[in-house]
Amino acid sequence: MSDHATTQHYTSTGLDSRKLAMWAFIGSECMLFGALISGYLVYKGRSVVGPTPEEILNIPVTTVSTFVLLSSSLFMVLALAGLVERNMAKAKLWTFMTGLGGLVFLGFQYYEFSSFVHEGLGLTTNLFASTFYTLTGTHGAHVAIGVTILLTCWVQMLRGKFGPEKAPVLEVAGLYWHFVDVIWIVIFTLIYLLT
Amino acid sequence: MSTTAAALPEQHATPAQGIWGWITTTDHKRIGVMYGSAAVLWFLVGGLEALLIRLQLARPGAEVVSAELYNALFTMHGTTMVFLFLMPLAAAFFNFIVPLQIGARDVAFPRLNAFSFWVFLAGGLLMNGGFLVGAAPDAGWFGYANLTSKQYSPGPAVDFWIVGLALLGVSSIAAALNFIITIINLRAPGMKLLRMPVFAWMTLVTAFLIVLAFPPFTIGVVYLLFDRFFGTQFYLPLAGGDPLLWQHLFWIFGHPEVYILVLPTMGMVSEVLPVFSRKPLFGYAVIIYSGIMIGFLGFGVWSHHMFSVGLGPVADSVFAAGTMLIAIPTGVKIFNWIATMWGGQIRFTTAMLFAIGFIAMFVIGGLSGVMHSSPPADLQQTDSYFVVAHFHYVLFGGAVLGIFSGLYYWWPKIFGRFLDERIGKWHFWLFMIGLNLTFFPMHYLGLHGMPRRVYTYPEGLGFDRMNLIATVGAFVLALGTIAFLWNVVRSRRGAPAPADPWGGATLEWSITSPPPVYNFAELPRVESRLPLWDDGVQPRTQPDHADVHVPPGSFWPVLVAAGLFVAGAGALLHSLIVVLGGLLFAVVSIYRWLFEPFEM
Repeated sequence: MSDHATTQHYTSTGLDSRKLAMWAFIGSECMLFGALISGYLVYKGRSVVGPTPEEILNIPVTTVSTFVLLSSSLFMVLALAGLVERNMAKAKLWTFMTGLGGLVFLGFQYYEFSSFVHEGLGLTTNLFASTFYTLTGTHGAHVAIGVTILLTCWVQMLRGKFGPEKAPVLEVAGLYWHFVDVIWIVIFTLIYLLT
Repeated sequence: MSTTAAALPEQHATPAQGIWGWITTTDHKRIGVMYGSAAVLWFLVGGLEALLIRLQLARPGAEVVSAELYNALFTMHGTTMVFLFLMPLAAAFFNFIVPLQIGARDVAFPRLNAFSFWVFLAGGLLMNGGFLVGAAPDAGWFGYANLTSKQYSPGPAVDFWIVGLALLGVSSIAAALNFIITIINLRAPGMKLLRMPVFAWMTLVTAFLIVLAFPPFTIGVVYLLFDRFFGTQFYLPLAGGDPLLWQHLFWIFGHPEVYILVLPTMGMVSEVLPVFSRKPLFGYAVIIYSGIMIGFLGFGVWSHHMFSVGLGPVADSVFAAGTMLIAIPTGVKIFNWIATMWGGQIRFTTAMLFAIGFIAMFVIGGLSGVMHSSPPADLQQTDSYFVVAHFHYVLFGGAVLGIFSGLYYWWPKIFGRFLDERIGKWHFWLFMIGLNLTFFPMHYLGLHGMPRRVYTYPEGLGFDRMNLIATVGAFVLALGTIAFLWNVVRSRRGAPAPADPWGGATLEWSITSPPPVYNFAELPRVESRLPLWDDGVQPRTQPDHADVHVPPGSFWPVLVAAGLFVAGAGALLHSLIVVLGGLLFAVVSIYRWLFEPFEM
């Protein structure tokens, strides 16, 4: 984050290099999740033993966690707006709330995974389990990394080391966060809603 | 323009000296030299593996190596040459040359660049570590399921391959992101996209290919890792899994990988040919568009590696047609290179000879490539030595000759000393003769039915003489390599190189050889595509002195890479504690990296 001065120099496009890098990284991540989602869909219905997705997926519970995660994208927008408006109280509140939203989502995922295991769906039970856990687990890891980044920003704000001059950093973190949310919409639709 | 070491300008912070200076460096030039050195060392390793393979095949029924060792040799020969020689040697030139060509003082993220190098080194060492414990990867560089399953590869050999590749993937993606941003965002004022040197353009296309092609492969490797470490059944037919999924995920990466290897060298010869023909590149824009076209089409043809699987007539036809289409932009490039030389004042320097050799050999490899784009023909050729002949013409005749062209061209810029032209020409002709002796007979061997990846053959099948010729050729290639190494050793006492020894047109020739640590004392303003030929750059000569801040380097990137190395080693030891320890160390180092004062 102390790379801040780096990109205040001349750039060819006039855009912050870190922001461009995040966009390119998101392109790469699309291919990563694309492969995981394809793996899930290709193996859909090919498991030779149960439990099947129809038997086990709990759509109401995941709808709630999806709502929380999507709301956190709104919080993210508010947090950045607060920082840009130099309203540190607002920035602190909503940065924390965004991270909290991510934590709540992870809590739901922990509950979901452990209840599945309890119902007899371990990682190696069948192809559905393996593709499901690798896909949603990779997404969960992305959320966890996002939460770490956001809470780090928040702690730095509390310490007075993350002011409006760091808005580009929070913006890049926000880009990542929105991507993690958008990819969840795809996963939720393809895996939970279209069973 | 003669800046001696003593006249180097003052800097705010002096970069660390000695070994520590290299370990903590964030200078793209030093990182480039480290990439290049590691790549050449692995070229020797991969070359020795090839010599052992050829010795084993020189006579029918030979017993130079065991069948098991033979499997490891061809697996590690392929993996090494692709991931540890060609890709990092191209990365060496991306690092050293591209920032100079676009008029930048460094890459966009210097510490990430250092990190990429150290992770590459970690991955390469881990993968080769298998040799030390007698478990070198031996399932082929393509690692087809279910040969890689626990059932058929019970030892740790495949694990070394998986863990090494995982680290190399991280390294490649990080480096490619860095180069995309550097080229898009750090061009000197006036360096519009269509004023950029072709090498920088091909680097950009290659970087996009890496960023998009490696993730699906990573997932394929993650599935395999889960199968082997945690007992999942992604590729096991008994559980409903499909070994074909691996083939798709591998070749979705594997085919773009071919262009990841060859596009950079196409960029290099596009720099070399105009300079030694004293003519601007013919069809500059079309060459660039063709490179982009090749990048796009390269993503849509992966199943031509899988015709023998039986994907059905529709899929086969689509992938065959797509494959044939690639011949068009490739042909466009070849005709443009020939037209560049047409009517030019050609100087047959070593770099130029390698560039011309590249064109000729790449055409041969391209022609046999179009032959097996047709599924019925491919069914005859697949898994035979015909395919081995094809891709060695593309990768050795194409990529390797092209990369040596770039090496002889830029060596004086990088080290400030010339490579000897006389030894260089020996190197070129030994390579040229050696590669044709080695690989041309393989066409016939393949059409006569000699299968790939089989450690020996019986007498009386008509394979004997051709195999002996190929083995002789391999040793001619080894002689060429020795000539090159001798040239490198001698170059320490070679003639000092001026700033612009070849009469080049691009910005890297406007600064001293070797370049000062800050590259450009004053950022150039570019007014034309061939700035040094059309007087199209301001200032025309760089000032000798500059007060440019140079970052002091950082040791966090190498520590993050060390943490990942430990985590990878822990995975091989099946020790969760070591894995977590390594990851924790990496995370802590990332935090220190993020909060370290570092400005450029």
